[in-house]
Amino acid sequence: MNKVCFKNINKDNPSSLATYEASGGYKVWRKILKGELSQGKILDELKTSGLRGRGGAGFPTGLKWSFMPRNQEGQKYVVCNSDEGEPGTCKDRDILRFNPHAVIEGMAIAGYVMKASVGYNYIRGEFMEPYYRFEEALNEAYGAGLLGEDINDSKITFNLYTHLGAGAYICGEETALLESIEGKKGQPRFKPPFPANVGLYGKPTTINNTESFASVPDILAKGGQWFADLGVPNSGGCKLFSVTGHVNNPANFEIPMGTPFSDLLEMAGGLREGRKLKAVIPGGSSTPVLPAKAALKMNMDYDSIDKAGSMLGAGSVIIMDDTTCMVKALTRLAHFYYDESCGQCTPCREGTGWIYRVLKRIMDGHGKNEDLDLLLSVQDKIIGNTICALGDAAAMPVESFIRHFRKEFEHYIKNGESMVAKDG
Amino acid sequence: MISDQAKKEIDIWVAKYPTGRQSSAVMEALKIVQAENGGSLTNDLIKAVADYLDMPRINAQEVATFYENYNHKPVGKHVIRFCHNISCMLNGADDLISYLETKLGVKTGEARKDGLVSVKKVECLGACVGAPMCQIGDKYFENLTEQRIDEILDGLK
Repeated sequence: MNKVCFKNINKDNPSSLATYEASGGYKVWRKILKGELSQGKILDELKTSGLRGRGGAGFPTGLKWSFMPRNQEGQKYVVCNSDEGEPGTCKDRDILRFNPHAVIEGMAIAGYVMKASVGYNYIRGEFMEPYYRFEEALNEAYGAGLLGEDINDSKITFNLYTHLGAGAYICGEETALLESIEGKKGQPRFKPPFPANVGLYGKPTTINNTESFASVPDILAKGGQWFADLGVPNSGGCKLFSVTGHVNNPANFEIPMGTPFSDLLEMAGGLREGRKLKAVIPGGSSTPVLPAKAALKMNMDYDSIDKAGSMLGAGSVIIMDDTTCMVKALTRLAHFYYDESCGQCTPCREGTGWIYRVLKRIMDGHGKNEDLDLLLSVQDKIIGNTICALGDAAAMPVESFIRHFRKEFEHYIKNGESMVAKDG
Repeated sequence: MISDQAKKEIDIWVAKYPTGRQSSAVMEALKIVQAENGGSLTNDLIKAVADYLDMPRINAQEVATFYENYNHKPVGKHVIRFCHNISCMLNGADDLISYLETKLGVKTGEARKDGLVSVKKVECLGACVGAPMCQIGDKYFENLTEQRIDEILDGLK
C-alpha cells in the first residue's frame, strides 16, 4: 500500500521539497536537465508501465503523450486536470495536499517529452487548501532552480502556473477545461480536432489527471516494468481508490490494481454493525451501480470491473448498505447531472431535466406506472448523442439502478413511499 | 469601480497567461471584485472587470452566470456551502442541513436577516471521505455532526 503517490503521506511535512527529495524526488528531472534521459526512452518506459489515465477514461498515458506533434514549431502546452468533482472522488485533493512536488515533477517531465515550455494546473475553485499547498510547492521548486527559463543552462524551459476553477463539474471534461482556462464558459469542444493538435489557445496541448502526472516520476525512477508488476495485465501499477459511503473507515487507499474488492472493503473498516452490503458504485457516480453479489466477485482493475458490469472510472468506490433507498440515491445523482449539464447539447440539457423531474415526481408520491419506461427511453436518447461524456454519465446510472433494483422503483410508484424502512 | 488593490491582485493572474490572453484571468478577477463587494457581483462590477481585461462584456457576463461560485444577490458574511451529494447523503447530510436551517432560522439559498450567514446546498466538493462536509470561506469542515455544527456556528462572528 501507498507505494507511489501516497508514499510520503505518513511522514512529517509530506508536501515539502525536503521530504520529496529525501524519497528520491526530482532525481529523474535532474537527470533530464543533465541531458541523460531521452524523450524516446521516457515514452518507452511509460508505455511499458501500463499507466492509464487516472481521471476516469483510462487512456494509456504513454500513447497519449506520443500523439503530441512535439517537433512542430511554436508554443505547446501541458495541462493538469485537478478539477476533481465526480461525486465520490477525492484522491487528487490529497495528492495536491500531500505530494504536490510529484505533480510538478510529472508535469515538468511531460513538458520536456512533448517540448512544451508552459504548463497549467487547473485546480477546482473550492480546493483552496490544496491550491495554497501547491503554490507553496511551486515556490519551492522555482526557489531551488528546478523550474523557469533555460534551467541550469540545460536549454530546457518549463514554467508552471495554477489556474483556479469557479464551480463547474463540466470543466473536468478536458476541452471544457481548456475553454475555462481561456476565460470562457466551460462548454466542451467538438472533436476532432483533438487537443494534441488544437488545444489551449489553439496550440498542441496534452491534458492529464493529477494522479497520472504524480505517478510518472516514480515510474521513470524505478522503471516501467516495476510499475507494471505492481498491478495486473492491462491494469499496470497501483491506484488510489476513494472508499466512501456506508463504511466504518472511509478513506483513500493506494493499492495494487487487481486487489479484490472484498479486501478493499475490509481496509475501509467494513460495513457498520449489523448492516449488509446492498450496492456498490465502483468508479464514481457516472459508472453503473452493481448489486452486492456482482461487486463481491470483482477485483479492482479495469477488466474485472468491466466484466462485473461497470467501470473503474476514477476509482471512487461508493458503498451502500441495506438501509439505502435506491430511488432516493438515483434521484440525488440525477439532480447532480441536471445541475451540471452545460446546456450545449439538447439531449443532455433537456434529458437530464426530464430524468430528474420524473424521479422527483416518484419521490413525491406521484409516480406513474409508465415512468420507468419513460426514464429508460430518455436515458437511451441521451447516450451517444452529445458532444461530451457528461450525457452518457448522466444516463448510465439510470439504466443500471432500474435494471438491478426495479422492484424498489415499482414499489415507490405503487405505494408512494420507499421500500426501505430507513434511508440515508 | 475596481480598487487599486483589486487591480494589483488581478494583474498577478493576468501575468500567468500569454500576452493578449488577459481574458483568461476573468474567473479570478470576478472572484476578487466579488470578495471586495461583500460576496456578490453586480452588473456594473462585471462590466468593469470586462473593461479592465479588455474583453467583450457579454463574455464576462457569460462566465459570471455559468460558474457556480459567483453570487448575483447579496449573501451573508459567511456562506455555508453544504454538500448534499451521494457520499454526504449516505452519511446523513439531509438531516444535518435541516438541523442547520432550523438552528439558524434560515432556508438554504437565503441569507439571514442580520447578514451574518447564508446557507447554500452545493454539489460534490471532492472531500467524500470526510462526509458529511461543508465549506465556509476557504475552509472545509468534515465529518460533521450536530455537535460539530454547533461548535462551528459558535465560531462565526
